[in-house]
Amino acid sequence: MSDRTIDRGAEYVRIEAVTKRFGDFVAVDQVSLSIKRGEIFCLLGGSGCGKTTLLRMLAGFETPSAGRILIDGQDMAAIPPYERPVNMMFQSYALFPHMTVARNVAFGLEQEGLAKADIERRVQEMLEIVQLRDYAQRKPHQLSGGQRQRVALARALVKRPKLLLLDEPLGALDKKLREQTQFELINLQEKLGVTFIVVTHDQEEAMTLATRIGVMNKGQIVQVGTPTEIYEFPNSRFVADFIGSVNIFEGSLVEDEPDHVRIRCEELDAPVFVSHGISAAPEARVVVAIRPEKIGMSRDRPTVTDNVAHGVVKEIAYMGDISVYLVRLDGGRMVRVTIPNTERQTDERIVWDESVYLSWQPAAPVVLST
Amino acid sequence: MTLARLKEILAGEYGRRVVIGVPYAWLLAFFVVPFLIVFKISFSEVRFSMPPYAPLFELTEDGAHWRAIFNLGNYHYLIADSLYIATFAYSIKVAAVSTLICLAIGYPMAYAIARARESTRNLLLMLIVLPFWTSFLLRVYAWVGLLQNDGVVNNVLLAVGLIDQPLTLLYTDFAVYVGIVYSYLPFMILPLYSNLEKHDLTLLEAAADLGARPMTAFLRITLPLSIPGIVAGCLLVFIPAVGEYVIPSLLGRSDQLMIGRVLSDEFFANRDWPVASAVAIVLLVGLLLPILVFQRYQNREIEAARR
Repeated sequence: MSDRTIDRGAEYVRIEAVTKRFGDFVAVDQVSLSIKRGEIFCLLGGSGCGKTTLLRMLAGFETPSAGRILIDGQDMAAIPPYERPVNMMFQSYALFPHMTVARNVAFGLEQEGLAKADIERRVQEMLEIVQLRDYAQRKPHQLSGGQRQRVALARALVKRPKLLLLDEPLGALDKKLREQTQFELINLQEKLGVTFIVVTHDQEEAMTLATRIGVMNKGQIVQVGTPTEIYEFPNSRFVADFIGSVNIFEGSLVEDEPDHVRIRCEELDAPVFVSHGISAAPEARVVVAIRPEKIGMSRDRPTVTDNVAHGVVKEIAYMGDISVYLVRLDGGRMVRVTIPNTERQTDERIVWDESVYLSWQPAAPVVLST
Repeated sequence: MTLARLKEILAGEYGRRVVIGVPYAWLLAFFVVPFLIVFKISFSEVRFSMPPYAPLFELTEDGAHWRAIFNLGNYHYLIADSLYIATFAYSIKVAAVSTLICLAIGYPMAYAIARARESTRNLLLMLIVLPFWTSFLLRVYAWVGLLQNDGVVNNVLLAVGLIDQPLTLLYTDFAVYVGIVYSYLPFMILPLYSNLEKHDLTLLEAAADLGARPMTAFLRITLPLSIPGIVAGCLLVFIPAVGEYVIPSLLGRSDQLMIGRVLSDEFFANRDWPVASAVAIVLLVGLLLPILVFQRYQNREIEAARR
């Protein structure tokens, strides 16, 4: 989940207060974004959050109801899809079923009126890059899902677009292939220097691919940041909840200092101590979000007075690399804790119905407004 | 027999054979057997008797042997008399031209229906099928009233002042084309619609995204993908149009017959069953070719749909 070096290039795509309405329904609501050259920008959100509509507006298949889209400084309002410097990889791949792989890839170049020899050369080059040279004469229905995905990618990239739009690029692949393809995509993107805008509902996919993520909810962008920022410093309860799993406690501020705060949560016996200040009114209701992997678990009571809770293990899910524990606190609240399985077998491992203490570092919780 | 028992029998090996067997038995009884009879008659000689043809197998006069008489004269007659070749050629020309006109009119209509909103789509399809609710004969007769010299078309044209004298519309090739195109247009539109309606519209978006203008996208994506529909529609119009009897009889020229009329005249007016049978066999064999083409495309479409 580490962030790759962000090419701090010039702004390439500018979305200014774009709104799209379908009748009474507002699919995209006042979205403004600035995407830099060479980025992989992921639009992440659940179904119906407007991410695909936003992508389709960039491609030119939908017209914004209000606002402007600029690509490379040029207003796209009057420019039809077939004249935009943009290519799209469709979720269904939309390969032409009556054409061979080579004809599919050549289609875009033929529209540019290039010489036949040039087209053939570039198609061959592109098929080489996506490792489909041996499949050039196959029809799409004779290919596997992964191969179709690569044809779709080759067909979009062969036009050498400055901006590639990818709609759920890995959605139709199985898990193993998806992971492998994610890294192939990143390599390809770095090699070709194309700006990617990726739409996905899969947070893992967004985390691996993206240099920056824009989280969308109900047609609005709720947070933009690097994967680390989004995961470690979510700015809202929605983002914290949507990305990864999180334990959320409601409480009120009892101590508010510039360098730390103390929060009393009804569901926790001990107060929550957070080692950074927040901007909130005194006694304000706040939300404390703690990631499951940031919570430690022990049989003995830690020698601290803050950031500790007692409970009983109710469920254990062994996932291989980690184990997920569901602990019922004395107040009745269930808390999710993940512990990495660093050792192969230990008798020390905590089992069902054991009484445990949970504790976390003062830097671990994120404080959000309700 | 209870319903459950019936279900059980139908699901079994025996039941399956029955289910498949029924339509085959139908085809055998009402197509293959009559075809063989007609095929047999086409090799006979005409006789003024009942039935009006000579038997193919006869006992010799001494009663000891069977004699088979294969008379190829009927087929030779079809080639020798230029009437038949000219009639065949004319029928094929009329059918081919009508098919092309149906395609030219039907394709845009099918396309428009397939792209219409779902709620309007069913209404439009209903309108295409609606004429079938009136008798075919009646609808062709209606064209007589429209096209005759003091018919609706001429009266309107005269009233508007486009012409000073009524045009001869009825009993011309034009009237035959109008009749056939009018009658068979639904058979072109329906298979085309069912093909076009299934098209994945994201393919057109993909084409636009790759730089194809709408016309290019149509020619390179929609048109090639609709070929099975075009073939199906053309054959459904062409095959019955070749043998069409009613329309040319009511609307067509009297000096140029179509093959369906010749067939019926030979059977009923001349009572020359052998020659009529030969005409029928030639017509059938001539149409078999397009039917085979049709089946090949149909198989291909089924395969494509399975993907």
